[in-house]
Amino acid sequence: MNQNLYLEDISADMEIPTIKKDPTTQQLVKYAGASGDFYQIHYDMDYAKNNGLPGVILHGALKNAFLAQLLTDWIGPLGKLNKLEVQYKGMDLPGVPLYAKGNVNEISSDGTINCEIWLEKEDGVKTTVGKAVITLPSKN
Amino acid sequence: MPGKNISEDLINAIGTESSPLENDIEKGAIRRFAEAIEDSNPIYTDENYAKKLNYRNIVAPPTFLRSVNSNPLPENIKSPYSAIVDGGSLWEYFEPVCAGDIITTKTKLQDVFDRDGRLGNMIFIVRITSYTNQKSELVATQTTTSITYEPKEN
Repeated sequence: MNQNLYLEDISADMEIPTIKKDPTTQQLVKYAGASGDFYQIHYDMDYAKNNGLPGVILHGALKNAFLAQLLTDWIGPLGKLNKLEVQYKGMDLPGVPLYAKGNVNEISSDGTINCEIWLEKEDGVKTTVGKAVITLPSKN
Repeated sequence: MPGKNISEDLINAIGTESSPLENDIEKGAIRRFAEAIEDSNPIYTDENYAKKLNYRNIVAPPTFLRSVNSNPLPENIKSPYSAIVDGGSLWEYFEPVCAGDIITTKTKLQDVFDRDGRLGNMIFIVRITSYTNQKSELVATQTTTSITYEPKEN
């Protein structure tokens, strides 16, 4: 994650290196504490079920953090994340690994790089989809 | 009929803004957040490393601002439904946020609409929060979509 990435390293359609995350109920409690989001659907099973959910579910914002890490790990300390958009398409349960993935879609003439990003379960189902805009330094 | 459950008061409240709230960005809070999301990037925890990269202190992860409070919108601005799920976020980043910063937040009700779906009739509440630092620089905005629905037991 400390290596530098430059504009010259990027081409359209290239894959962003996948990262795997292993959310657990403990992580949900840690995230609740760190974020201040104490909505009970993230740690109280009965409360979650009474709200029509299959069990406690991941905070959307935690999944957002996973996708941010996908990008910041890839672009390194010199790259800039300008825009990050995520939509939660499905609920994710603790104990189910998630893969954060992405592709470069387009490199604009002004040097901004548009990416497609998503979280995928082992069965290939995408539970979170999004887009990002990044900028990178040039070697020249 | 779409919109049947959205009160006129709620529609009229679009554009309403919360009063500003100042937040101190603490080093320990950034570290705990990085630990909670299990992101071991040293820029979030190692002051020397961050300073070598010309930051004034350790840097907040992109979604750290989620933990930074805003004042609530007025009490009457809420969905008639008690259950809520997060629909998504759109972040725009302009300046880094570092430990020691003072971030002022303001939240605006941007839109309210409804749709029928898997959870029945759902009311979507779209809010935009702006984050401004102690130098009056707009550092980021976050647009969030909350999906509210009538809870049903499984």
